[in-house]
Amino acid sequence: MKKFLVILLTVALLAGTLTACGKKEETKTEGSDSKVTTTVENKGDNKTEDNSGDSEETVDEIYFLNFKPEIAEVYDKIAADYEAETGIKVKVYTAASGTYEQTLKSEIAKSDPPTIFQINGPVGYESWKDYCLDLKDTKLYSYLSDKSLAITAGDEVYGIPYVVEGYGIIYNNAIMEKYFALPNRATQVSSMDEVNNFETLKAVVEDMTAHKEELGIEGVFASTSLGAGEQWRWQTHLANIPFYYEFKENTAYDNTILAGLAANEVEFKYAQNFRNIFDLYIENSCTPKGLLGSKSVNDSMAEFALGKCAMVQNGNWAWAQIKGVEGNVVKEEDIRVLPIYTGMAGEEKQGLCIGTENYFAINSKISKAKQEASIAFLEWLFSSEKGKSYVKNELGFIAPFNTFEEAEKPTDPLAKEVLAWMEKDGVTSVAWTFAAFPSEDFKNYFGDALLEYVQGSMTWDDVVSVVKDTWKSQRAK
Amino acid sequence: MNKYKKRYFPIFVLPTLTAFLIAFLIPFIMGIILSFTKFTTVLDAKWVGFQNYIDAFSNKEFLNALWFTVKFTVVSVITINFLAFLLALLLTRNIKGKNLFRTVFFMPNLIGGIVLGYIWQVIINGVLFKYGVSMTFKPEYGFWGLIILMNWQMIGYMMVIYIAGIQNVPRDLVEAARIDGASSFKILTKITIPMVRPAITICLFLTMSNSFRLFDQNLALTAGAPSRKTAMLALDIYNTFYGSVGSEGIGQAKAVAFFLIVGLVAVLQLKLTRKKEIENYGI
Repeated sequence: MKKFLVILLTVALLAGTLTACGKKEETKTEGSDSKVTTTVENKGDNKTEDNSGDSEETVDEIYFLNFKPEIAEVYDKIAADYEAETGIKVKVYTAASGTYEQTLKSEIAKSDPPTIFQINGPVGYESWKDYCLDLKDTKLYSYLSDKSLAITAGDEVYGIPYVVEGYGIIYNNAIMEKYFALPNRATQVSSMDEVNNFETLKAVVEDMTAHKEELGIEGVFASTSLGAGEQWRWQTHLANIPFYYEFKENTAYDNTILAGLAANEVEFKYAQNFRNIFDLYIENSCTPKGLLGSKSVNDSMAEFALGKCAMVQNGNWAWAQIKGVEGNVVKEEDIRVLPIYTGMAGEEKQGLCIGTENYFAINSKISKAKQEASIAFLEWLFSSEKGKSYVKNELGFIAPFNTFEEAEKPTDPLAKEVLAWMEKDGVTSVAWTFAAFPSEDFKNYFGDALLEYVQGSMTWDDVVSVVKDTWKSQRAK
Repeated sequence: MNKYKKRYFPIFVLPTLTAFLIAFLIPFIMGIILSFTKFTTVLDAKWVGFQNYIDAFSNKEFLNALWFTVKFTVVSVITINFLAFLLALLLTRNIKGKNLFRTVFFMPNLIGGIVLGYIWQVIINGVLFKYGVSMTFKPEYGFWGLIILMNWQMIGYMMVIYIAGIQNVPRDLVEAARIDGASSFKILTKITIPMVRPAITICLFLTMSNSFRLFDQNLALTAGAPSRKTAMLALDIYNTFYGSVGSEGIGQAKAVAFFLIVGLVAVLQLKLTRKKEIENYGI
């Protein structure tokens, strides 16, 4: 009896410590089984045999690793609706701002990896190509209105863009009108239409700073957020402009991304232009320079929404953030967007920066049934009535799919401005060239250097050296 | 009894041993092997020998993190132990509410690292707001912020250990010394501290290894800002591993080097303090 008790106790202890491990091992074997079936499929033969085998597997969950924290809550609602309609659970996990690559790296190595994830362009594809499924035969790809936007390698399609976005300087027209009505202003500008180059913008902004009490603002620009993970507006978006112009001069390629990808070194020729607008942001801000290292993008959007400042650099995805601030005083009809002027010759014809860095990719290492379920979810989101209404009204995406009619484009003020600038006569949009930046680390080092410059511990020349050296070393990897 | 022990010992040890093997030993050995390879996932490793170690030690950020961590450990070990011992002395006298004080001083230890880091970031930035700067202004601010945080968290824990040590000092020794006319200071240095040596060993070991391996609080408080200058060793390894594709092997090499450094320092420290302990028991 005693012996029996002893053995029973030991087995119980053992089972107790190993239950968690046990579950993992089960799913691991499941995973490796599906890996086997996928490789067989990829070899191309006996498709019908594999299909019949896999259709017996019931998929009840797909996993989407979301990149955009601004609309994370909307996905919860979408998932609930989709589950009600089809019974398939959509697990949506959102990576915190600036942490997508790390989160993807650790999640994709698990036994329950993301089935839908994002890549940011050709450089992101290079890192993740072993995990991207070929999507050229899917309906989703056929929905793309401009097939050249997709990420391809040879004939295969690996990344499908799901949103066209634009960014520039968002401004509150009510405050601008107040300025133009000031009797003692120093500039002769009387409407935003006249602000079409850097010199005019600088004159207006600096005069507004001089009159900030009368205008009722704490500064012209919102905080230049330089907290950890919050620097992307400068090291990616703002940096886009000087590099766009630099790569445009390489006439061997007909788009700036290809020219950028071929560049193993950069001159950072238009560094002074970057500096022009960056200095304007930090010298006319509603936050003193020393505090910018603790500010986040949310802080900046809140400052704009609460009327503490007149301008903030951001894109049409930020509408959800402005609308959601408690105590928002900015009216929809007052929200406009201005191109980011840096002092380049001919910038009167420059428009907003338009493009995408959000491409859906489907995990190639999961079971076929899960892949099909994931693709079906995306197709539902972008072609069904309910899905499209979410995209238009709550996600606010300008989706590049032919399933959307004119009336189904988003109507929030920022999206309308982006679309207006895209279609304006005589104005060329600046293409998103930062897809050609060598790596996330490059952008992070650039951002760190900017923070030190703002805090006064680095000179601008040092920042330029950091940019040039990091580009070279990161490209060499 | 011994017969039972001999027969059933392997069965009872088995669960813990299995867990130890799976969760610690196997990944540890894999890690050491992988540190000699270039890899992106565990399955596609290419052997490169010592190249990873050379890259790691010639990496400016690793050396900066190493130096920063050493400085931090030295300062925090001294301050934490000094203050904890002082508090322990105070709270082993007969003052009212001493139990309440002991509990209150211990509580900071119960708060998790990440939460603590964020709270202190808000507090310190709030104080620095008056001077128009934030903690990212200079690496020194981040350093002292970390020291303050570490002290706040660890003093209570070390204090409890010291209290236990002080309470174990035999009463008759102290009384005998008092009869012989020894001053309080003499009693402290010649009797209390030598008798508390085992507690000192433990506290020094705990503070040293905690400070060296600090990660959560570092990530939450400064995340290495500005420009990774306040990144300690663990955060640097994390950045190397996740920062860009292609440096996972170097990150692994840094991790193995980290283990060796911490292990070496810990063993040395234990040996030194243990020796002193034994000497004193010979009174």
